Amino acid sequence: MSEQFYYFLQQILNGVTIGSTYALIAIGYTMVYGIIGMINFAHGEVYMIGSYAAFFVLAGLAMLGFDSLALMLIAAFTLSIVITSAYGWSIERVAYRPLRGGNRLIPLISAIGMSIFLQNFVRLAQGSRDIAMPSLISGGWVIGPVDGFNVTLSYMQVIIFVVTFISMSVLTAFISKSKMGRACRACAEDLGMANLLGINTNKVISITFVIGAALAAVAGVLLSMYYGVINPYLGFMAGLKAFTAAVLGGIGSIPGAVLGGLLLGITEAITAGYFSSEYKDVVAFGLLCFVLLFMPTGILGKPEVEKV
Amino acid sequence: MLELRNVSAHYGQIQALHDVNIQVGKGEIVSLIGANGAGKTTLLMTICGDPKASQGEILFEGEPIHLQSTSQIMRKDIAIVPEGRRIFARLTVEENLHMGGFFLDDKAEFAHLEQEVYSLFPRLLERKHQRAGTMSGGEQQMLAMGRALMSKPRLLFLDEPSLGLAPIIIQQIFDIIEKLRERGITVFLVEQNANQALRLSDRGYVIENGRIVLEDTGANLLTNEEVRKAYLGG
Repeated sequence: MSEQFYYFLQQILNGVTIGSTYALIAIGYTMVYGIIGMINFAHGEVYMIGSYAAFFVLAGLAMLGFDSLALMLIAAFTLSIVITSAYGWSIERVAYRPLRGGNRLIPLISAIGMSIFLQNFVRLAQGSRDIAMPSLISGGWVIGPVDGFNVTLSYMQVIIFVVTFISMSVLTAFISKSKMGRACRACAEDLGMANLLGINTNKVISITFVIGAALAAVAGVLLSMYYGVINPYLGFMAGLKAFTAAVLGGIGSIPGAVLGGLLLGITEAITAGYFSSEYKDVVAFGLLCFVLLFMPTGILGKPEVEKV
Repeated sequence: MLELRNVSAHYGQIQALHDVNIQVGKGEIVSLIGANGAGKTTLLMTICGDPKASQGEILFEGEPIHLQSTSQIMRKDIAIVPEGRRIFARLTVEENLHMGGFFLDDKAEFAHLEQEVYSLFPRLLERKHQRAGTMSGGEQQMLAMGRALMSKPRLLFLDEPSLGLAPIIIQQIFDIIEKLRERGITVFLVEQNANQALRLSDRGYVIENGRIVLEDTGANLLTNEEVRKAYLGG
């Protein structure tokens, strides 16, 4: 097989890795939009908090002398999910719920304020410098010719694929099979009608925020370990990228968020691999402009249907 | 069973209901008729707590409900088939029915109720796994009624159940309302199709510009000169 093929394969692997974490974050945007029609611009910061929570758990356990990798990973995921979900729930409760029912612009402004607040809260509490994550998982498989370009599939990448796949499966099962998942879908279609059936829609909205935050936490744990550094500003760019992914796939659609995330990740990796990594953000946001201009409902999004 | 005492309601600055007094007794079918924009839907929605009554009292079986939230009110034995049906189009027929019976925890009772709904509306059983949005208007109306019945209501609100449907379907819908009475469900019916509604009703109210202007038995309203002129086409 030719060198070009291995090089291409490497870009795809890198793209899918990043893309699956975009997808995890994008689900939070898309579910919240689906149910209350609002873009939660503080969602990127929720992901950043997930990263910090992972750091504290891993660093803490390492300091206490734990050396079981499985235990550390489980603890990092569990605690980060719990802490980040608590943030997601509180953000909705404090910054959005009191504003519901009014002008749609007001919660949007509140979301931007919440984003600035969280970023600076972490900056003041933890400092603005990069923090190095304890490196737990290194190495990987190398495929390819002895001389020339080799494809590297790191163990960390494999963990990202597996954990993302498990998270998506759990979410899909919850949304399609469980009673609460059914209520989430019903609320996304007609919140007022769900209310007329006696359903406490505030509770369903809270659950949506918690699910979004939990998935962002998973992405936070994975990406912080993948990149090895965290800082208080990483939520901004990741949030914008995931938002792009959600719009690309069709905002409001969960499969759309996954598809959009993967497409965006692959596009970025291809740009970086064949063109210049400096331009990957340009291409990503150029894609956002293109989608907004020419296909505003995204790939899997449904056009707003006039209700008869 | 249901009593409105001097109820007023506002949408923002605009007063939509003025001093409305209505009583619905147990086992009755009561109609509310009126022109477009007279406040029929507003009246129903005010009982459901959205918008809240700005004045007066609403009692359900003697208990004041006008200060409670919509979800609290609708968890009592009250159900609504709202204007425009508002089924969940992307959910299947079965899932729509399950949303109706969301708070029914007893599995056996739930299954029994589901069976009953399917026997009342056999079409829904045929289309159990179909997405609700792909069905015809009449089928969607039946689904909206089935969904309301799944919460085991003792008081059922129907908002224009005949709107936009073919005459033969309308007849079926009214036959089913008759059957609901036999099952002991109290029905409060809002209709533009005054003729058919009044023939079925024990009593009726006429609403104009947010005020109740007339109240009588269904039979009397049918023969009332003014009602005939205004709502029954002369």
